[in-house]
Amino acid sequence: MKPPLRLQLPKLQLPRGRLWTLGLPYVWLLLFFALPFAIVLKISFSTAVIAIPPYEPTFHYADEALQIFLNLGNYLLLLDDSLYYMAYLSSLKMALVSTLCCMLLGYPMAYAIARAPARQQTVLLLLVMLPSWTSFLIRVYAWMGLLSNTGLINNLLLWLGLIGEPLQILNTNLAVYIGIVYAYLPFMVLPLYANLVKLDMSLLEAAADLGSSSFNTFWKITLPLSRGGLIAGSMLVFIPAVGEFVIPELLGGPDTLMIGKVLWQEFFNNRDWPVAAALAIVMLMLLLIPITLFHRYQSRSMEKER
Amino acid sequence: MKRKLGFSSTVLWLGLVFLYAPMLILILYSFNESKLVTVWGGFSPKWYAELLGDQQILDAVWTSLRIAFYSSTMALILGTMAAFVMVRFKRSWGKMSLSNMITAPLVMPEVITGLSLLLLFVHMADLLGWPRERGMLTVWIAHSTFCASYVAVVVASRLRELDLSIEEAALDLGATPLKAFFLITVPMIAPALLAGWLLSFSLSLDDLVIASFASGPGATTLPMVVFSSVRLGVSPKINALATLIILFVSLIAFISWYMARRSERRDRHAGR
Repeated sequence: MKPPLRLQLPKLQLPRGRLWTLGLPYVWLLLFFALPFAIVLKISFSTAVIAIPPYEPTFHYADEALQIFLNLGNYLLLLDDSLYYMAYLSSLKMALVSTLCCMLLGYPMAYAIARAPARQQTVLLLLVMLPSWTSFLIRVYAWMGLLSNTGLINNLLLWLGLIGEPLQILNTNLAVYIGIVYAYLPFMVLPLYANLVKLDMSLLEAAADLGSSSFNTFWKITLPLSRGGLIAGSMLVFIPAVGEFVIPELLGGPDTLMIGKVLWQEFFNNRDWPVAAALAIVMLMLLLIPITLFHRYQSRSMEKER
Repeated sequence: MKRKLGFSSTVLWLGLVFLYAPMLILILYSFNESKLVTVWGGFSPKWYAELLGDQQILDAVWTSLRIAFYSSTMALILGTMAAFVMVRFKRSWGKMSLSNMITAPLVMPEVITGLSLLLLFVHMADLLGWPRERGMLTVWIAHSTFCASYVAVVVASRLRELDLSIEEAALDLGATPLKAFFLITVPMIAPALLAGWLLSFSLSLDDLVIASFASGPGATTLPMVVFSSVRLGVSPKINALATLIILFVSLIAFISWYMARRSERRDRHAGR
């Protein structure tokens, strides 16, 4: 029934209307999403100066010749100064560990929601997703009060007699991990749930009938079948976590190195726009593979839904 | 099987406690009489009263609300058009590149989006003399762009399950495509449109990083004010403000979820 319907429809629409529908968002995104990346690339090859704007032009037109100055210094600096590559490495590490923690916590949660009675599923899903729509900044801020030396968690542990003196949690990397897992957990649960809810239960029953242990069934059937959701969820956590700024700034300490924070400081504190641009370009290069993975999953799941 | 279910539901409840406890404690402490944020000094709504007297915060609230309103409206227009292209158009180069561009902002780290937009605005001001200065207009452009992605996802998933026969009937009976769109399609996807608009509204209201890059001295949004004060540490006044923001945004999110769900249920009742 369906395919002929879809084939007919474009013919019924006026070409002019279709051009507008495609054209307006296309031009907008080209101008405000794609073009800016080209500009970032250009600025990353220029030199910082004290002026407005604080960089030297890359293209010069003088004596009837177009001169292009490509300053590789910013990229060499990234290789040379250990601050930068350490920041990249530690961002990748922290994002990876947080993604794994989200997975360990989020997988059972998604599984439990997918197996709950249908009426409860939507409510449970809302409960998980609601915080992710609520103010991100406020939710990170909430942890500042909880984790501080005189905060609720330390007071509770002291009162229970588990520790003799307050633990330093705020302004350490541990607090950053807690913050990232807390903020991004819903994004892991949602795609996993969408995947697990479609899981064919008869496969699991067949495995159980044939004498497979529940762990074996999980490992050999449930987990491989939910790979798509696992990849999508991981990318939704990992990619933004690498460039995270608010969480390391508010929960991390002076020795918390994350590339989003370094970029922010280069831009706002040092006003070195070319280095900030180079940092962004390298970050984008590092994230190219995860972003491609996410896109592949996204378009595949869209095709499947049809 | 049964034991595993027991384990996973335990984790689910622990996870929910983990997600909600910090916010509930924050709300509780916003009613703390004491100025010391860690000591409970009795119940008092005085921080809320103090909040209402803070002109800087009130101005920022007004700025943020206006930006959120205009951004979500523009995002709705752009996102709905993009969703139409993604669902209804034949496979073409234009369609593929548009759907790539519209989904990319969903995962792009905010610092990259913010930085790239700022550099664009600086360049445009240099070459075209527009925008003259960064402020509400530039934040509006930035927010419309990234919110359009969310609208596109919400609206596209609704469009995909839509019955085409009614639209076709309208077109067969001589309605112009534009008329068929506004009289037939829009009413059918209205809940998804509202859900997308509300989601954009709350995302725009919430954004700190992109707004910090795109804004200038003219427009300070609420998250920017909150952030500069939070950097100095926890304060009871910010607790009170945070409580109001949490309640307000949760309400928007809940309505948006409810609208999207109601449309789904109506379809199911119609036997689809």
